[in-house]
Amino acid sequence: MPIPAPGERDLRLDLFRGIALWLIFLDHIPSNIVNWITIRNYGFSDATEIFVFISGYTAAFVYGRAMREHGVVVASARILKRAWQVYVAHVFLFAIYMAEISYVAASFENPLYGEEMGIFDFLRQPDITLVQALLLKFKPANMDVLPLYIVLLAGFPPMLWILIRAPAVGLGASLLLYLLTWNFGWNLPAYPNGYWVFNPFAWQLLFVFGAWCGLGGAKRLAPLIRSPVTLAVAILYLLFAGAIVMTWYIPGLDHFVPKWLEDWMYPIDKTNLDVLRVAHFMALAVLIVRLVPQQWPFLRSRWLRPAILCGQHSLEIFCLGVFLSFAGHFAMVEINEGVAMQVGVSLLGIIVMVATAALISWYKRIEGRSPGSRPGPPGAAATLLGGGA
Amino acid sequence: MRPLAVALICALIGGAACAKDAEECLTAAGAVGADFAMPHVAAAIARKRLDVVVIGSASSELAGASGANIAYPTRLEAALGKMLPGVAVKVTTYARPRETAEEMETKLSRIVADAKPALVVWQTGTADAIRGIDPDDFRLALDDGIDALQAAGADTVLMNMQYSPRTEAMLAVGAYADAMRMLALQREVVLFDRFGIMKAWNDAGVFDLYAATRKTDVAEQVHDCLGRLLAGVVVEAAKLTNADKKAIR
Repeated sequence: MPIPAPGERDLRLDLFRGIALWLIFLDHIPSNIVNWITIRNYGFSDATEIFVFISGYTAAFVYGRAMREHGVVVASARILKRAWQVYVAHVFLFAIYMAEISYVAASFENPLYGEEMGIFDFLRQPDITLVQALLLKFKPANMDVLPLYIVLLAGFPPMLWILIRAPAVGLGASLLLYLLTWNFGWNLPAYPNGYWVFNPFAWQLLFVFGAWCGLGGAKRLAPLIRSPVTLAVAILYLLFAGAIVMTWYIPGLDHFVPKWLEDWMYPIDKTNLDVLRVAHFMALAVLIVRLVPQQWPFLRSRWLRPAILCGQHSLEIFCLGVFLSFAGHFAMVEINEGVAMQVGVSLLGIIVMVATAALISWYKRIEGRSPGSRPGPPGAAATLLGGGA
Repeated sequence: MRPLAVALICALIGGAACAKDAEECLTAAGAVGADFAMPHVAAAIARKRLDVVVIGSASSELAGASGANIAYPTRLEAALGKMLPGVAVKVTTYARPRETAEEMETKLSRIVADAKPALVVWQTGTADAIRGIDPDDFRLALDDGIDALQAAGADTVLMNMQYSPRTEAMLAVGAYADAMRMLALQREVVLFDRFGIMKAWNDAGVFDLYAATRKTDVAEQVHDCLGRLLAGVVVEAAKLTNADKKAIR
């Protein structure tokens, strides 16, 4: 992944982030036949890894430039403003979730599911639940990615400062934190029990690795990525992961996995970003970088435009995707759960995501901003606050 | 794989007999079988006395005065009795609502020491998901529990959560289901995939699991079918043990 020239956006980032957003939407609709196409069914990693890596890459690209041009204070202020926007988006999604769950709690009854009704217990204590949600400790199902993103952004300014000055030190510190986290079991507490589903101390590794790549690391890795040995190892590992995952879904196949391998491999820990998952993501990235060159003309074709548009407005489209997955599942429960409905809901959801991304681009255009770029800060602020080069 | 056998028989004789509701749920459940042998169960059957303990949470029971008679542990007892003529089968249930795997694990040794079962069916996962227990702690509790059961000389069946389409988007059971599946493979104990079975029923239209209702008829049939499928798995695993012994020789 060669680093793009300043001002030129690597469309592959938008493309694959857009696709990751679609996959996350599909994966969040339970009992959906369409989510058999998503990558988590064919290997260890899933769309979350892609999303976190590319978010790190683009954050470093955008805010790294801001830090060089306008100084540490301005760049940090913008990163924290972004973290605040993500927080507001998360609270907005939580409100929608509460509306849905309250409705279901009031309308559903079935003697078979007395136990499952227990998830509505927290509605009896709205005081505690709401405060814990605002503290990001209570996170309902499928609402774990944005809190991770908030924490990653909030901790990003000092890391970006280090990465610009000494990239290897920044990446090394990130790896060290990851290793210490695995060693000491660090994580943030959750409510009512347990810990964060996406451990920020572990997942920061992919975010920082993305940032490192975005600041020129990709160029340094290029010879390694171009090596046929790397490609062969990557393909072999992807095939291995695919074969292992098949044994989870097809009964009887598990006897072919040797016991020592199972003992070594399991559990494959998503919360703490298992090494097997990181390796799987890296192998996937090597393959994709080889298959899709940056100057590939097809990247500018209108067939890829929908995914790229979504990738360019990732926060809005991510939130919309979470909302649409709630709404889609709700429609399936209330109206019809057939296969046609599942396919229809999935397609319609992606169409709504694309249309919304196009609408946001249009708004930015009429407001005089090109899609994907950040508005420049007012000149006064830059001279007052911007100390750096 | 008994349900497969049922399907095969149905296909061969093209049967009116198979169209009955009672059999439909067995064929529609998909490939339900025993992946691993159960030596203690096989020995107990040979001794003509099979004691089974079900330990679980609220979904191992049904509410109401007759709840205990129609819940799957009772149906399991009846089905095992039919499939193993001449063997005295007794199933005892220890079910507490909202109890997590860790809470069950702490009393497992005591229960097994008292009842001395050849088989323990450990139904868990839902309460842990509701209460947001760390999936890693959940897995460790199961692992410790399997240790305790092995030490006490009992075979283990892990039973995962129910498939509940209405609450599916609100209750993230995935991490707990994965933990149970991976641990079952690793420890070579049978996983009774209740979630997969009920999902297959729902997809095939055997039972309407979406319905909001106060009636217990569907719940009763679901538990009956679960009990019979589980009995089939247990008997198959016992046969597997005997086959293994012959193979070694």
